[in-house]
Amino acid sequence: MSDIAASDRIAELEANPERIGFLSWVASVDHKQIGIMYMLSALFFFGLGGLEALIIRAQLAMPGNHIVTPDTFNQLFSMHGTTMIFLVVMPVLAGLTAYVIPLMVGARDVAFPRLNAFSFWVQLFGGVLLYFSFVAGGAPNAGWFSYAPLSEPAYSFNNGVTYWILGLAGVGVGSLAGAINMAVTILKLRVPGMTIRRLPLFCWMTLVNSFLMIFALPVINAALVLLLADRLLNAHIFTPAFGGSAILWQHYFWGFGHPEVYIMILPAFAIISEVIPVFAGKPIYGYEFVAGSTVAIAFMSFAVWAHHMFAVGLGHLFDLFFGISTMAIAVPTGIKIFNWTATLYQGRLRFTTAMKFAVAFIVMFTIGGLSGVSFAVVPLDWQLTDTYYLVAHLHYVLFGGAIFAIFAGIYYWFPKMSGRMLDERVGNWHFWITFIGFNLTFLVQHLLGMMGMPRRVFTYPDWPWWMTLNMISTIGAFVLLISVIVFLWNIVSSLNHGEIAGDNPWDAWTLEWATSSPPPVENFDLVPPVHGRRPLWDLKHPERADELVAAAAGK
Amino acid sequence: MTGVVTLNPFSPQAAAISHLFIAILIILGGIFLLVTALVIVAIIRYRDRPDAPEARQVFGSHRLEIAWTVAPILLLALIAVFMIRAIEASDPPVGDEHPDIRVTGHQWWWEAQYPSSGALVANEIHIPVGKSLLVEVDSADVIHDFWVPELARKIDAIPGHVNHVWIRADRPGVYQGVCAEFCGAEHTWMRLIVVAEPQADFDAWQSAQLTNPPTPKEGMEARGLQLVKDQTCLNCHAISGLPGHKNIGPDLTHIAGRQILAGGAASNTPENLFRWLKDPASIKPESHMPNFQLSDDSVHALVAYMETLK
Repeated sequence: MSDIAASDRIAELEANPERIGFLSWVASVDHKQIGIMYMLSALFFFGLGGLEALIIRAQLAMPGNHIVTPDTFNQLFSMHGTTMIFLVVMPVLAGLTAYVIPLMVGARDVAFPRLNAFSFWVQLFGGVLLYFSFVAGGAPNAGWFSYAPLSEPAYSFNNGVTYWILGLAGVGVGSLAGAINMAVTILKLRVPGMTIRRLPLFCWMTLVNSFLMIFALPVINAALVLLLADRLLNAHIFTPAFGGSAILWQHYFWGFGHPEVYIMILPAFAIISEVIPVFAGKPIYGYEFVAGSTVAIAFMSFAVWAHHMFAVGLGHLFDLFFGISTMAIAVPTGIKIFNWTATLYQGRLRFTTAMKFAVAFIVMFTIGGLSGVSFAVVPLDWQLTDTYYLVAHLHYVLFGGAIFAIFAGIYYWFPKMSGRMLDERVGNWHFWITFIGFNLTFLVQHLLGMMGMPRRVFTYPDWPWWMTLNMISTIGAFVLLISVIVFLWNIVSSLNHGEIAGDNPWDAWTLEWATSSPPPVENFDLVPPVHGRRPLWDLKHPERADELVAAAAGK
Repeated sequence: MTGVVTLNPFSPQAAAISHLFIAILIILGGIFLLVTALVIVAIIRYRDRPDAPEARQVFGSHRLEIAWTVAPILLLALIAVFMIRAIEASDPPVGDEHPDIRVTGHQWWWEAQYPSSGALVANEIHIPVGKSLLVEVDSADVIHDFWVPELARKIDAIPGHVNHVWIRADRPGVYQGVCAEFCGAEHTWMRLIVVAEPQADFDAWQSAQLTNPPTPKEGMEARGLQLVKDQTCLNCHAISGLPGHKNIGPDLTHIAGRQILAGGAASNTPENLFRWLKDPASIKPESHMPNFQLSDDSVHALVAYMETLK
């Protein structure tokens, strides 16, 4: 290295000591760097999970395909589900919240920065451990919920399920620590003036979601330990042949698993509740109802788990209770849909890419929510569960719902994180290709399920329409591949050549837009005063600040 | 039969579900159209144009919000009433009835016993038309799920937890069934068929199942029989009249009379039976049936013998 280059480098380091080089990331306890690392790890696993999905769809494109063996197929869908849930949706949302929450509440960092780093690294370690199984004899092959006794050593010969247990334990511990961190940050580090009633909805929902995680994740971690004891110590907790109970595992798993669905969707709701008001140019319609319905969902999500178990044969009264509780949880979810839609009315809608994903989310998630109601109706569940109708339903919730919202969030906050705008023209392509590919893939699966195609089959009989519908679905999956490539292209090219964002490119209202893009290490030089839910709106329109308007309205 | 089976019932139970399904689809479709229409109208009317008015700073309306809280509650209450009415009709109570058929799920085939007669079959259940039969569902290993969508709800087959389901077919025909709970490598090919036939045909079929097929004395068939005895076939399979009563694999006493082979992976023709015995993986990879590396001659003899097991 020449002297001049070395001195440049020193000058650079002096100017910005925390941000240079690999070590500054690996050793970082800065919430912004950790948040970005979370999202990058999620992007990496999104690639793997997507690849698994493509192989699955290629195998199913025609009846009688031999692209993979049956056991490999089972490994692929087990890993696809586990990856997308635990290594993509959860970490990307953890990363977004880790990045945004301290800025939104006007804090310098999260409450426990070292714990934050621990959360990220232990969940990444869990993910790596899970994928290590591929080279250690075979990946888990008992599905993403590893029903006993199929997940017991007598029926699952490789070590995959053991890696699954250990990997998920890592992810579980990391997520739990992250949840505690976020809850404490929101409760204790808010800037003066930001009362709970003035908390941005993103923070509100993250707070509720954190408590949901604190109560739900220990359930799975405890159950994982029991399954591990079964696998390694022959404890026979879940093996009926030795006096254990196979059904007990299902109660444990879904006791966690259903709250888990909301753990993935509440942060998505949180993103939508920021993006839609900003691009409609008006406050969220019914702040109290949106926040309150979130609390209702969190409580009720612990009383619906057995709707995953209607086919088990636990009795009509039992099924009826969980059927009705599941219908009940549709009410607070419906409230949100109507409130977001009402927010659009009388607004001035700016259809940026973020807004397109957010509005599409409303409709796509409505489809997923409604097909969810059909599973709450017990006799329909008796026909439709474990078919492709269910596969369609869960993807409308988790892709049309969570992933669409995540894309909205990335387009919305990318300028804050990078200092540059994502390209809107490429973003438009990305949105439409995703929208078309997604519906092409999953809409027909409702019909396949109604025609009797079970989920998790590696092929199917050559019956009328089965190949046509499966082929449409496969084509859709490859359209989604194109959309992901367009998205990656947008990120890479915008990082280098994107328009400079400035502090507040969207004319948004929450505190993260009051600092520079990207924010300095300490986040704020000076946090603006907070007198309402939209501090930057109040600054810009002092004559009609939210609190003045509310006072005039006599509230 | 194939088609949109969940909307194409052949029993009162399945009909109760499919009528409910249609009603719910209409209600849910209505809500979907309402939300979509509201969103589309908003997109068209309120999109940003140069001459568009500034967004109105509305904070909400408790009256409206209470309305769209209460309306779904009422609608769901209506759905719940439909559900409660359909639940008994689609899954009639068992009472203290004894099962007419005992179905046991195995990795990856179905065993069915008729307790009153003692008939034992695999992957192919016969029932008399127009009669409700009580099926007891159990598993020998992992969790399976017994599902014949045109005739009844699906019900899990769980080791250590016996379940019951009523099946019935009001028209003669062959109804497709399948394992609906993921159960391992060959979950895909764990299909079954239900053959509904007039009572007289059913009785004839059942009594045929109870008689032992004649023992071949000479020729290829006799050689095949000898192979069955010499090889380890009877360690897993039973053939009535021969030693051993194993049910690790399907009972073969009347295999030649069945329509499907290997859990539906192939139709039961002599050619497919040959392929199956020669190399099981060519039809159903990773099934528990081993490849015995038999010569073509031996396999031909086995097929010839098995074709006598009607």
